[in-house]
Amino acid sequence: MKNRKLYRLALAPVVIGLIIGLSACGKKPPKRRGARAGAGGTSDITNAALATYVAPGDLDEYYLFYSGGHSGQIFVAGVPSMRHISTIPVFSPYPGTGYGFDDETKAMLGDYSWGDSHHPGFSETNGEYDGRWLFINDNANGRMARIDLRDFKTKQILSIPNISANHGSSFVSPNSEYVTMATRMSVPFPEGTYADVTEYASKYHGVAAGIKIDPDSGHLELGWEILLPPFDYDLGDAGKGPSEGYFFWTCYNSEREFIEGGKLEVTASQKDKDYILMVDYRKAEKAIEAGNFKTVKGAPVIYPEETPGIAYFIPLAKSPHGVDVAPSGRWIIGSGKLSPTTTVFDIEKIEKAIAEKDFEETIDGIPVLTYNSVREAEIPVGLGPLHTQFDGKGYAYTSLFVESAVAKWKLPPYEAGADMNQYVVEKIPVAYNIGHLVTAEGDSMSPDGNYLVALNKLSKGRHLSVGPSIPESAQLIDISGDKMKLLYDAFTEPEPHYAVMIKADKLDPVEVYKKDDPYWHKSPDAIWAAEDARIERKGNTVEVWMMAVRSFFAPDVIRVNRGDKVIVHVTNIEQTRDELHGFAIDNYDINLVVDPGETKTVTFTADKPGVYAFYCTNFCSALHQEMQGYLLVK
Amino acid sequence: MTGFLKRLTSSLHRPIVGKSRLLVFLAALALIPTFIVPLWHMTFVAQQYPEGLDLYVYSHNLVGGDDGNDLTEINVLNHYIGMAELEPADFNELKWIPLVIGLIIVLTLRAATIGTLRSLVDILVVSLYFGGFSVWSFWYKLHYYGRNLDPRASVQVEPFMPPMFGYKLVGQFDVWSYPAVGTYFFLVFGALLLAGFWLIWREPVGDQ
Repeated sequence: MKNRKLYRLALAPVVIGLIIGLSACGKKPPKRRGARAGAGGTSDITNAALATYVAPGDLDEYYLFYSGGHSGQIFVAGVPSMRHISTIPVFSPYPGTGYGFDDETKAMLGDYSWGDSHHPGFSETNGEYDGRWLFINDNANGRMARIDLRDFKTKQILSIPNISANHGSSFVSPNSEYVTMATRMSVPFPEGTYADVTEYASKYHGVAAGIKIDPDSGHLELGWEILLPPFDYDLGDAGKGPSEGYFFWTCYNSEREFIEGGKLEVTASQKDKDYILMVDYRKAEKAIEAGNFKTVKGAPVIYPEETPGIAYFIPLAKSPHGVDVAPSGRWIIGSGKLSPTTTVFDIEKIEKAIAEKDFEETIDGIPVLTYNSVREAEIPVGLGPLHTQFDGKGYAYTSLFVESAVAKWKLPPYEAGADMNQYVVEKIPVAYNIGHLVTAEGDSMSPDGNYLVALNKLSKGRHLSVGPSIPESAQLIDISGDKMKLLYDAFTEPEPHYAVMIKADKLDPVEVYKKDDPYWHKSPDAIWAAEDARIERKGNTVEVWMMAVRSFFAPDVIRVNRGDKVIVHVTNIEQTRDELHGFAIDNYDINLVVDPGETKTVTFTADKPGVYAFYCTNFCSALHQEMQGYLLVK
Repeated sequence: MTGFLKRLTSSLHRPIVGKSRLLVFLAALALIPTFIVPLWHMTFVAQQYPEGLDLYVYSHNLVGGDDGNDLTEINVLNHYIGMAELEPADFNELKWIPLVIGLIIVLTLRAATIGTLRSLVDILVVSLYFGGFSVWSFWYKLHYYGRNLDPRASVQVEPFMPPMFGYKLVGQFDVWSYPAVGTYFFLVFGALLLAGFWLIWREPVGDQ
């Protein structure tokens, strides 16, 4: 047995080599450019194949949660296989799981049929991912959602006033006290106010907010808002260790103008430096407790001009994107995407500058720290640095959009007067135009230092052509050794902006909703036996308590009159994993998918007379096709 | 044989004392776990149930594995072939078996306190009968459920006998059925009683 395995292992490279050799004899492969250039040789391919191959029945080491961008969803994949495992619907309906079709999720989505999910963030305990919740922002409609990682479902979507385009989100404090929200595109304040763009500098404002997280339930509610000058607040991060207690956001357009026809890309790139906004959230909390706020549109808003000492600006090379706190918490790394350097700031120097009031100027009550006093170093990483992640071994990895590469560089300490180029230790090309990147547990205080995923904006030609609408590319890179090694290309639907990666054993999702598990809220309309199924009429309302089990519905006939309001509660009484049942009514646009032990409710008006079949959409058993019934509308 | 019976008859009045008393007392205690642990264990494994479905027979209950859900699952699957639902309430055995075990414990404790060799003989005879009847009853139930299938069931199968001891392929399921730990406590009980019996029995006839 053992010998045979060895024999097979030895044979594998030979066979692979033979296949490659044979195919080379046939038609000539297209000349490869980009990441594969210079990385040739069968041994690399074999190593990469072995490193990413997860045999049938075996499980991946990590969960990767990608944001789905304007699809409004989250995609879940396994690392290192990069296999897509599941999609978690968040801001958009998703017929596959019936999301947005039942009363509860319909109400949660509100009046919106989409969202722009951008930056997922895990809940943390002591700066480590604790595997309880995942938060994600809607960049389009100023919202924030919470996903429970025990069942991978969206539990809450929070809307708060005064935030326009919530991009600076979802960054979580080390003990999950707060998750951030911030305005990307400033609008007149308070929300709903009309003011022409000619009044941009004075009437328009940005807002940063701390969203309180209930430590037990994870429930989100607005803690505080801070009124800010009309910049574009972009990305952020939470401090940790010595920088715990602060949130950081980059911002661009500190020119504070929007000139009609002037092209923001030009007008917002005029100044040499923009800023990192730093907010002391403990002080913000105290200001709220002390009543130092105004209630605007129902939100408690702190005005920095009246309550100083909460917010500061740190100058940074212009048009920055990412600001990222190193695992130690001491180094704050900002990347100005139009500068070929990334800048390291020292939290000790920042606190010293604040204590000594070492300010360059003050903007709308917010002091600007003196750049030279707080900067530790500028690292010449390359062209178009966007976002930085860490390996926990003293190195940082910065995505280079323009250069289409990942730069690996050393974190401080540095020798005084040294040539900073020597600290950029390696670069790996990626295909193509990388935006964000993510390392395993890379936002925690102890990244694992083995895998990095490059989230690329363009993928042209790396996959079978599917026409002009092209998927996004995600490339798995091995960072465990001295040299970065490209392992795998994966493709996702549009459009991951950021992703987070968590060790698989930190999650323990349930397989079914156990009938008596107190963790899950049970619908008062759940029924657990066919005998309890019933239909009741009250006036023009017909209410149905239905149960689904292999392979029938009870009741299987619903009789109503045209115009009746119909409420159907469907309980899937199965307690066996993967025994989902669907409940779809033909021509009535109704599509529920009910997990084992779950109850879903749908309310509709029976406005079309006739007879409509309903059936189970989720293949459940040998007699699944027979799982059907009728809605009779007189 | 006649010698054995003669000796038995003449020894019946001997009191349970000393080490024998201790063994008989321990025998009574050995039955207590049979209220708590399962007596029989059936495992059903199929391609789509790689972790298997478990069914445990207790003296007072039928319990499925996976927090009881395996029994529900077995019933859901059985409904396709028209087998009646396995409902603990339909099993009278689960009412009288604990009662009889309790009686045997009381009788055994009585024997350990004030009993004679005659008491031990009574307990052994009653227990053997009880054990035999219980096993027959279990066999009969399996036989009954496997034969009485609803003729209108969606999947028609030949009446069958699930395994009672050992392995059998039933449809797509590999089924194993074996005594569980509770049954071994009955064996311990029997062994302790016999040992207690032996200690009194081996004493010379004349030494009274």
